[in-house]
Amino acid sequence: MFVIECPWCGKRDQSEFITHGEAHIARPTNGHEMTDAEWGDYVFFRDNPKGITRERWIHTHGCARWFNVMRHTVTEEIFATYKPTDPKPELPEGSE
Amino acid sequence: MSQYRLKQGGRIDRNKSVSFVFNGKRYQGCEGDTLASALLANGVHLVSRSFKYHRPRGIMGHGWEDPNAQIQLEKGAFTTPNVFATIQELYNGLEAESQNCWPSVEKDIGAINSMLSRFYVAGFYYKTFKWPRAAWETLYEKVIRRAAGMGKVPELPDPHRYEHMHAYCDLAIVGAGPAGIAAALTAAKSGKRIMLIEDAPELGGSLLGEPGTIDGAPSDQWLASAKAELDAAENVTVLTRTQVAGYYDYNYLVASERVTHHLSPNTPSKAPRERLWKIRAERVVLATGAIERPMVFADNDRPGIMMASSVMAYINHYGVCPGQKIVVFTNNDSAYRAAAAMQDAGASVVVVDVRAEVDEALKAKFEVHCGAGITGVDYSVKNGIRSVDVHAISADGSTIEGPGSTIECDLVAQSAGWQPTVHLHTQARGKLNWDADRLCFVPNGTHVVNPNTSVGAANGTFGLADVMAEGAAAAKSLLAELSVDVEAVVPSAAENHAFGSIRELWIVPTTHPVGEGKKKHFHEYQNDATAADVWLAKREGFESVEHLKRYTNTGRGTDQGKLSNVNGLAIMAGARGLTVPEVGFTTFRPPYTPLTFGAVMGQTNDDTFTPARQTAMHQCHVERGAVFEDVGDWKRPWYFPKHGESMHDAVQRECLAVRQSVGVLDASTLGKIDIKGKDARKFLNMLYTNNWSKLGEGRCRYGLMVNEHGMVFDDGVTTCIGEDHFHMTTTTGGAARVMTWIEEWLQTEWPDWEVYATSVTEQWSVLSINGPKSRELLAELTDIDLSSEAFPFMSMREGNVCGVPARVYRISFTGELTYEVNVPARYGRYVWEQVFKAGEKYDIVPYGTEAMHVLRAEKGFIIAGQDTDGTMTPMDLGMDWIVGKKEDAIGRRSWSRSDTSRAGRKQLVGLLTQDPNVVLPEGTHAVSRVLPAPPMDMIGHVTSSYMSPNCGRSIAMGLIKDGLNRMGQTIDFVLMDGTSVPAKIVKPIFFDEAGERGRD
Amino acid sequence: MAHFSVFSLVRNALNYHKDWPRQWRSPEPKSHYDVIIVGGGAHGLATAYYLATECGITNVAVLERAWIGGGNSGRNTTIVRSNYLWDESAALYDHSVKLWEGLSQELNYNVMFSQRGLLHLAHSVHDMQEIGRRGSAIHLNGIDSEFVTPEKVKEMVPFINLNCRYPVMGALLQRRGGTALHDAVVWGYARGADAAGVDIIQNCEVTGFKIEDNTVVGVETSRGDIMANKVGVVAAGHSSVMAEMAGFRMPLESFPLQALVSEPLKPLVDNVIMSNGVHAYISQSDKGELVIGASSDAYTSYSQRGGFNVIEDTLQAICELYPVFKRVKMMRQWAGIVDVTVDRSPIITKTPVNNLYFNCGWGTGGFKATPGSGNVFAHSIARGEMHPVAEPFSMFRFHSGALIDEGAAAAVAH
Repeated sequence: MFVIECPWCGKRDQSEFITHGEAHIARPTNGHEMTDAEWGDYVFFRDNPKGITRERWIHTHGCARWFNVMRHTVTEEIFATYKPTDPKPELPEGSE
Repeated sequence: MSQYRLKQGGRIDRNKSVSFVFNGKRYQGCEGDTLASALLANGVHLVSRSFKYHRPRGIMGHGWEDPNAQIQLEKGAFTTPNVFATIQELYNGLEAESQNCWPSVEKDIGAINSMLSRFYVAGFYYKTFKWPRAAWETLYEKVIRRAAGMGKVPELPDPHRYEHMHAYCDLAIVGAGPAGIAAALTAAKSGKRIMLIEDAPELGGSLLGEPGTIDGAPSDQWLASAKAELDAAENVTVLTRTQVAGYYDYNYLVASERVTHHLSPNTPSKAPRERLWKIRAERVVLATGAIERPMVFADNDRPGIMMASSVMAYINHYGVCPGQKIVVFTNNDSAYRAAAAMQDAGASVVVVDVRAEVDEALKAKFEVHCGAGITGVDYSVKNGIRSVDVHAISADGSTIEGPGSTIECDLVAQSAGWQPTVHLHTQARGKLNWDADRLCFVPNGTHVVNPNTSVGAANGTFGLADVMAEGAAAAKSLLAELSVDVEAVVPSAAENHAFGSIRELWIVPTTHPVGEGKKKHFHEYQNDATAADVWLAKREGFESVEHLKRYTNTGRGTDQGKLSNVNGLAIMAGARGLTVPEVGFTTFRPPYTPLTFGAVMGQTNDDTFTPARQTAMHQCHVERGAVFEDVGDWKRPWYFPKHGESMHDAVQRECLAVRQSVGVLDASTLGKIDIKGKDARKFLNMLYTNNWSKLGEGRCRYGLMVNEHGMVFDDGVTTCIGEDHFHMTTTTGGAARVMTWIEEWLQTEWPDWEVYATSVTEQWSVLSINGPKSRELLAELTDIDLSSEAFPFMSMREGNVCGVPARVYRISFTGELTYEVNVPARYGRYVWEQVFKAGEKYDIVPYGTEAMHVLRAEKGFIIAGQDTDGTMTPMDLGMDWIVGKKEDAIGRRSWSRSDTSRAGRKQLVGLLTQDPNVVLPEGTHAVSRVLPAPPMDMIGHVTSSYMSPNCGRSIAMGLIKDGLNRMGQTIDFVLMDGTSVPAKIVKPIFFDEAGERGRD
Repeated sequence: MAHFSVFSLVRNALNYHKDWPRQWRSPEPKSHYDVIIVGGGAHGLATAYYLATECGITNVAVLERAWIGGGNSGRNTTIVRSNYLWDESAALYDHSVKLWEGLSQELNYNVMFSQRGLLHLAHSVHDMQEIGRRGSAIHLNGIDSEFVTPEKVKEMVPFINLNCRYPVMGALLQRRGGTALHDAVVWGYARGADAAGVDIIQNCEVTGFKIEDNTVVGVETSRGDIMANKVGVVAAGHSSVMAEMAGFRMPLESFPLQALVSEPLKPLVDNVIMSNGVHAYISQSDKGELVIGASSDAYTSYSQRGGFNVIEDTLQAICELYPVFKRVKMMRQWAGIVDVTVDRSPIITKTPVNNLYFNCGWGTGGFKATPGSGNVFAHSIARGEMHPVAEPFSMFRFHSGALIDEGAAAAVAH
């Protein structure tokens, strides 16, 4: 079980949080111009990387705020947590 | 006292005799004994039968490594299977039995398996029992299952309780042996939060079995003063009888404290049986010691063959010497210290050492057979061990030489070296190195998310002085990582034994080729796997250590291979011509020692399993005899049976009353979300399928929510409370989901929109007052003008109800004239009772969710989650009217996908059975053509189905392929018994089609 | 291949089992195969087996990164059932159950398939509606399915607490459901495939695809390039990683899924008992261990580890439903990586790259489908056209919207 640093509340146990997966998927505003394949790609297809991922978490049993976590999906190391409006943090040195 | 109990020494109290029963026979032990030490004190070695061959087995170890001595403790409700006799502390009146044997451990019928052992090798099952096909389940498997298993599950409810404890510390020290205590003494000075966690009932670890001299005093004295010092330190928590069984990421330790295991279960106690500690530690010291490894030699599983260090521990810790004529069998120096302890305890000792050359100083005190090995054991259940055969072993270790000899003995104490207890280290993602000099795996570095340090024997450091220095240094350096500077407190030990030499000999040869005669070379005791099984695994291609584990069941018993794993993989390495590290290591999985389900459960049980949510009016419903149903976590009144009334009768009565007079539903459980902000309307337009731009103040509107796949997942009525202020309702079960949904969009997609959403579900009590008399009734209780002109359908007014400030919504889920009275939650019960008092003259009834379902179905109103299933668009529900002409909204684009926009999808329709008295079971499918037997082509199913008293017949709704184009057609529903029920497809509205009653 | 029988066992016993040959060879990879299967789990091995035995394609290699059966094949709770809602699923899973029923004989390997009956408990009105619908659908698909009352459940499972927090209101029973021994399935298929000519190559990690003109022509591996006419990827939790190598994405996320066993106990649990409402799945192995499946951890991970909180939730549910197990102990727990689709149905598919096929997305329930999955995948690869049973499971259903939503409809908690 991770310890996650909520950008608002600080370090808390993972059990206080929920994640909904990949972050930085901007919702297309021109859906009606997109093909079924393009739209389906947005709705269903994911990078699901083995390595560093950026994902959305919410501090459900806390401030109820969403934020992003940059985490390695094998080591589970968390490199950064940041607000949805913050710029994407740099990848840690030495990572792909 | 028996011949095995020493006159002096040990930590037991000879003045306190403890009586216990094993396999029906009464014995005496002493306070301070474990069940195992007490049995050994009584000369009892044979305690169990092995899993597969039912071979007699005895106590080998003195801790969790013991593969054999697992017994059924106590009877009745307190009975507990697979209890380690080596861990279980003795208490007065303890009763234990051997497992997996019948009629007794001495005469076990199952031992017939042993005679078949020549066939019954690893992988045996896979090769046979296949013919005839049916026989596997009807015969073979039944027999195998009966023979399998060890202990028995209690048949009665567990009278004990369990609890959880959460703890946070800066430094957790696992294991209170010399290394752990040294670490704790150093860390105690830091002022940081320190936890010292020890599995045994007292501190000391290896010092209890092998005392030394520390700070110039006997180690017992040093232990007492160390304990006093740690107990006195306010920043130090010392836990005993507490096993750290799991090491999870981010230094999360799971430890189980055996709070009352050492007491008779009949002892009155408020304490829990076990307490599960969940510890988050900034840093961890692993001082978990090492486990002595057994030799793999001919018939090495006989009762009376023990680990040398365990024999020493029984002598020094428990004052029991389990044999009088002992053969010590070893490949390394450490066993000579054990041998000395045995000699000091009065036993005669002969050492058999596989090394050709042994240090003279070691040999001085004993008769030593160098370069020799045990090649056979004379054992019988009746007499125990009487002698061992010994032969010289060739230089390459593969064969025996010379004529051999026989040594009379009653006990064998063996040592094949030591394996650091690296389980927690590897659970923490640590890697291992092979130490070729000492023949063991040692920790290699740690993982970034789990900062820890292994010290002492757990790190492959064995000398007492070195061990303590290492413990103290680790505490100092880990605390330095937390920016705390402490001085290392290093106790001085007189002893610092060098590891010495060790001979690598994984299999001790015997008088016949290993695996080809009567004598068996076990490496895995509990699951009966031998060196020959490892070779068979290799021969058949199961070369990977993971395949080996699975094919031979090595390390898969309750002991999790603490004695067997390294021997098993070393034998495989030999068979493959590789080194031990080349074959690798299987993953150690949690828990290190078995964890009681109840302890993991903790206090979360029965009423506390998940909270049962109750509305403010709950007691009103209880008093009116409600039967409740679980909706999510809520308890909702399902129906209100009058005395002796069936569910059907109650529901029919409630449905009629609502349409004829007045009925009230507790609608408090519906999700309620307050939405405010200047972009609230824009947001609702994205969230709902329909248009919210023009909803006026005080007006209500029904909305459907779809996900980005375009499928309906929730619905409800949202009301404009004021400028940029809305009150949204959701389904009961969907409330939390919708709230999360809203926040996710707002915070992650549109963070610049000014919208505030607040869950207010629990702030409001809601009475849904339905029926033609509802206006008359409510008028008596409110200052709100209820006339249709002043308060039209689909609007909201604020005022007082029963003197309580209220919001009243004129919305309806029954199609009747309805007022949904919302009052601050704490007034709910008062208002409910006032309404019922005033309603008496109208024969007011409370109604439950079942009547609500019937009434809304009469009107064809859907229930999201019942009439929808996550695959329905609004169009599929025949609700095209709710899809506004908007450029964009969540999920909208998905409707035009090729499959979602095709003709012939399943659509929501009404269904009328030909026979009005037949109520179709919900879920029943319709078929395109009825056949004599399945399979049949299904075209849809019934989602809602009731007997409607207001329609005077059964009604139903269903999802039918192309249903909207099939109005008037009759289709066949096929029941589970094969009969078919014809029903006509109709519009899903069965009552007051014009919708006049609600608008009146 | 040595035939396994009582006679061969006796004969070998007389020679101390020294003559048993390898159950599968350990060949060096050839430079070219007709078909390469990436992934030596049960599904991959089954695919190779059926390619060789039913489709006449024997020049096949199975490439396994580590040791066969080391992924989810060896980490699941061994449940077999076909009580699915949608026709497409029913066809696939029941195709599987039918193959299970003769598998030990066909493979000459006892996979210990035991149709001990599978109970699916309902704990609420909503659950009852759900099993009502599913039971009817299963029945009309020609698959066995019965509703049973709480009283009958109590008869079958005397130690159950019917009046737990969410009382048992009824159950759906599939008598043909049960368990099989996961390792035996892997080894049985491996042995069968090997005997039919398939090369099973362990310790051979695929590191890339060789693609020319949008057509796969081989794979790059830790043991060199290996060419092939067609490649089938059956990589479970690592499917997204494989897809990325081939230049596309999959509608998948990989989650940890944990399971645990108790210490061995005398037989008590005769059936497989599943409860979505209380989240408890339990059976008892022939060795006597209670085999218990947990819910998946709710974050993506490739670490084969999960959090203890999930184990806690699982055992709380088990003790709530079966209080007699409170004094029983957990012996071992572990985790696998499950590749999960949004509709909780698998993907058996052609891909944007010609001659490259994927079989993935089995989520938490792949074991039961092993024979059927391998069978239809083999036929699809062999023909170059998807087997009719596999057709609906295309990855392109996520473009058209033709999902097979077992998750939403059954509210199956994964």
